[in-house]
Amino acid sequence: MDQAVFLFDILLPALMQGLVITLQLIACSAPFGLALGIAVAVGRQYGHPAISWLCKTFVFLIKGTPLLLLLFILYFGLPSVGITLTAFAASVLGFILCNGAYNAEYVRGALISIKDGQMIAAQALGMTRWQAIRSVILPQALRRAIPGLSNEFIYLIKYSSLAYMITVIELSGAGKLVATKYFTYTESCAVVGIVYLVLVSITTVAVNLLESRVAVPGTTRAATAAQL
Amino acid sequence: MNDNDIVLKVEDIHKSFGGVEVLRGVSFDVRRGETKVFIGPSGTGKSTLLRCINQLTIPDRGRVWLDGEEVTNSGARINYFRQKIGMVFQNFFLFDHLTALKNVELALLKVKGMGRAEAREKALTELRQVGMEEWADHYPAELSGGQAQRVSIARALAMDPDVILFDEPTSALDPELTREVLEVMKKLAREGMTMLVVTHEMGFACSVANEILFMENGVVAEQGSPDLLLNDPRFTRMKDFIGRIDSRMHD
Repeated sequence: MDQAVFLFDILLPALMQGLVITLQLIACSAPFGLALGIAVAVGRQYGHPAISWLCKTFVFLIKGTPLLLLLFILYFGLPSVGITLTAFAASVLGFILCNGAYNAEYVRGALISIKDGQMIAAQALGMTRWQAIRSVILPQALRRAIPGLSNEFIYLIKYSSLAYMITVIELSGAGKLVATKYFTYTESCAVVGIVYLVLVSITTVAVNLLESRVAVPGTTRAATAAQL
Repeated sequence: MNDNDIVLKVEDIHKSFGGVEVLRGVSFDVRRGETKVFIGPSGTGKSTLLRCINQLTIPDRGRVWLDGEEVTNSGARINYFRQKIGMVFQNFFLFDHLTALKNVELALLKVKGMGRAEAREKALTELRQVGMEEWADHYPAELSGGQAQRVSIARALAMDPDVILFDEPTSALDPELTREVLEVMKKLAREGMTMLVVTHEMGFACSVANEILFMENGVVAEQGSPDLLLNDPRFTRMKDFIGRIDSRMHD
């Protein structure tokens, strides 16, 4: 078969369908993963001891479980207790939990790095702890967490391929099916790899833009550090 | 002077940290419009005392009243009292991610519930008070220490407090910047702001203070007008302390 025909009539259309699913998986997981991460980090750092323990345990459990195993539990295991999720929903839920747990650690690190004085000054003005966290601590902490959070987002792009293991035909799955059917592993996998590389590149550029956009004037640490 | 003039009443404050008793029973009354200056060696609990007043540090014993209402043990109402008790810190503690203007606006919006336009107007007025109006759109990292401290004074003023606590406001500044901050504080004192100031600036203390409280080992060792503590032969301990500072400076 002609390489061009294979590429344009078979591989790329199949990958396009898979890419759409991959993007849907990411779009459904990332926002909630971010929200969960922030909530868990704040809960662990500032919450009542019971909440804090709960958040810590959640992170511990998710970090200690292979994502693939988590997906198997959500998709194949939960029906035995009467909860049946579609493969797509199970994948999204798994990704949210995994993404959330790791994001929580990045956000927690950033929260710890904010000096106590910020909270003290806010409270001295009559703000409640919650107001201080929302208006003073988090806006600063999230800026510092961007490199870590973007790292985790990039992981998400790539580990979304695990959805294939519970029957969601996303980008990798689509590539694998074509590769198997036409016995074109090298070509198919190479093209799939390039698509992931493009996704990650777009993310990297977007994160750089975001970082420079939210940078606080006068705090050009990167520039200063380079001179030292 | 009748009792109605007393805006802040501090009674028998005790505080220990890990078995070390930092404050061992401090009491005083503050009249409206008065400036009290706290002097004394490091580690004698001056800063802790200020923090006990607005409950940033919870005292082990003792009570604080603002305008006849008890601040200690006030539960959630502490946030109401903290609006009324401004605080200025040694290291400014400006909100690093906000412009000077937004630093002053934030609590007006969040705590006082002002509208945007009103808060902005108020914030600009306070920045003008401290001579920082032109720097309204600059971020803390773009300001000198003196400028940052003046913004933090504006931030405290914006809440229309009954009293402002200054916790070593110039200790992180060089002499030139110290002067610009002290000028602002002198102006506030002249305009009738009630102030409690922990400082090592004897010049400021002598020219502005209605009363100096010399603290040593967690208690007020000597208390009186600057003139009294400096010139009356019955008072020796503050003079000794100042003498020690001076001789160290001349070494």
